[in-house]
Amino acid sequence: MPITPPIPSAPRKKDWVPGAKVVVWLASLAPVLILGDRIFLFGQFTGGDFVDDPVELIQHWTGTASMIFLFLTLGMTPLRRLAGFNKAHRFRRLLGLFSFFYASLHVFSYFIFDQRMQLGPIAEDVIERNWILVGFLAWVLLIPLAVTSTTGWIRRMGGKRWNRLHKLIYPTGILVVLHFLWQTKLLESEPLIYTGILVALFGLRWWVRK
Amino acid sequence: MSSSHHPHPSEVTPESLYLNRRAFIKRASVASIGGAMVAGGVWARQKDAPHVEGTSDDELTPWETVTGYNNFYEFGTGKSDPKKNAQDFRTDPWAIEVTGEVTEKRTFTFDELVDGLTVEERIYRMRCVEGWSMVIPWNGFPLKDLIERLGPTEDANYVEFTTLLDRQRMPGQNSPVLPWPYVEALRMDEAMHPLTILSTGVYGKKLPPQNGAPIRLVVPWKYGFKGAKSIVKIRFTKRQPRTTWNEAIPHEYGFYANVNPEVDHPRWSQATERRLGEFFRRDTLMFNGYDEVAPLYEGMDLSKNY
Repeated sequence: MPITPPIPSAPRKKDWVPGAKVVVWLASLAPVLILGDRIFLFGQFTGGDFVDDPVELIQHWTGTASMIFLFLTLGMTPLRRLAGFNKAHRFRRLLGLFSFFYASLHVFSYFIFDQRMQLGPIAEDVIERNWILVGFLAWVLLIPLAVTSTTGWIRRMGGKRWNRLHKLIYPTGILVVLHFLWQTKLLESEPLIYTGILVALFGLRWWVRK
Repeated sequence: MSSSHHPHPSEVTPESLYLNRRAFIKRASVASIGGAMVAGGVWARQKDAPHVEGTSDDELTPWETVTGYNNFYEFGTGKSDPKKNAQDFRTDPWAIEVTGEVTEKRTFTFDELVDGLTVEERIYRMRCVEGWSMVIPWNGFPLKDLIERLGPTEDANYVEFTTLLDRQRMPGQNSPVLPWPYVEALRMDEAMHPLTILSTGVYGKKLPPQNGAPIRLVVPWKYGFKGAKSIVKIRFTKRQPRTTWNEAIPHEYGFYANVNPEVDHPRWSQATERRLGEFFRRDTLMFNGYDEVAPLYEGMDLSKNY
């Protein structure tokens, strides 16, 4: 199923999508706000246990948020096709950009806090450790998608080329799940659940296309 | 041996609230200088600044973290599992068997074993093999004092510590993550080193169950997993005993397990560590900064004897 660029909103009926987008946009910032509260205000507003290792919490939350937004982005087309929710695709760019936003926070918290911005150790880590390599690649692949997400870029590239480029979201999904699976000491249930979700999303798209 | 290597005992303040406030101030300042960091100046300073030992760098890790962030697989593999699952763990009565190459083999009650030994406070850095660290105010006595009283024979080259095996009271032992019971050991000269202690308390209080009550080993220049918890057996041996992590994954965890920034774990670097509660990783020091133990390993290839 080719990915269609956003269509200009229908002129006559009152369009509720822009309003809904503002709500989704604000809700998408929730992970940042909760993190800030738990780390700097000791959970005064959102509760939770004492945070022993703030950086670990930041990395786990931003990584998970990025992955969830990636899955939501992937879920918009099946939602439109299967549930008949025709406006779903108009939230795709917003959700995709939030996935990139959280991925960037995730990657930079690693660059800054873990590696103190030293390029040598970063390069060494990326090359030597498979789970870091796949995570880094996933973020790199998201960069062109984020850059070309504007209407201007869609026009400049043409729908067909743009669609082809944005198919990069599929390998990105696989790399993200591998990154999660490979980083745990023992095989844990959480990464397996997310792997299952990705497989289900791919399956849905394949089924919709038939 | 220079005492400046160790944080001053006067830093100890058991009130968790006070520590909480300190942690808060520290975190708030990190947040407020965030903008300045982006400007770039801080990276250079962070990198070049030498880590002066035993000064303000070694602020105590808060009580919450010391007693709430633990690797004690006998109570579960998650960091917060031990605190959750060990609350009903009773350590009275407690028996400790002393056996092997020792003049008098017998079983002591906990009180008999520690009777007459002088408990002191030792503030030690604790470096976990996973790459994080704490600064902990232990209460305990030098292992040396106990060993001298027990009187090992001339054939005693090693001393081995065994953790309680009880699947009912230690539910984590129902899972085969490690070959139970947990066993750790030291070479005799390591055991007799004045830095090596058996701990019975932390922050001036009785050792909480999640920290290895009622008695545990603390060897500050080695990775944390060497510190056997909830000890029920002390055995002196002629030959090097098998130890749990070494047995489980020999190419990742050695018998010596000395903190060493030069020898990486196969899956991660050991060059830096995150002091819990801090944002930036710091350089890991050889022997965790306890240079006075270096003579114990003279002539040994520490990349082979990791």
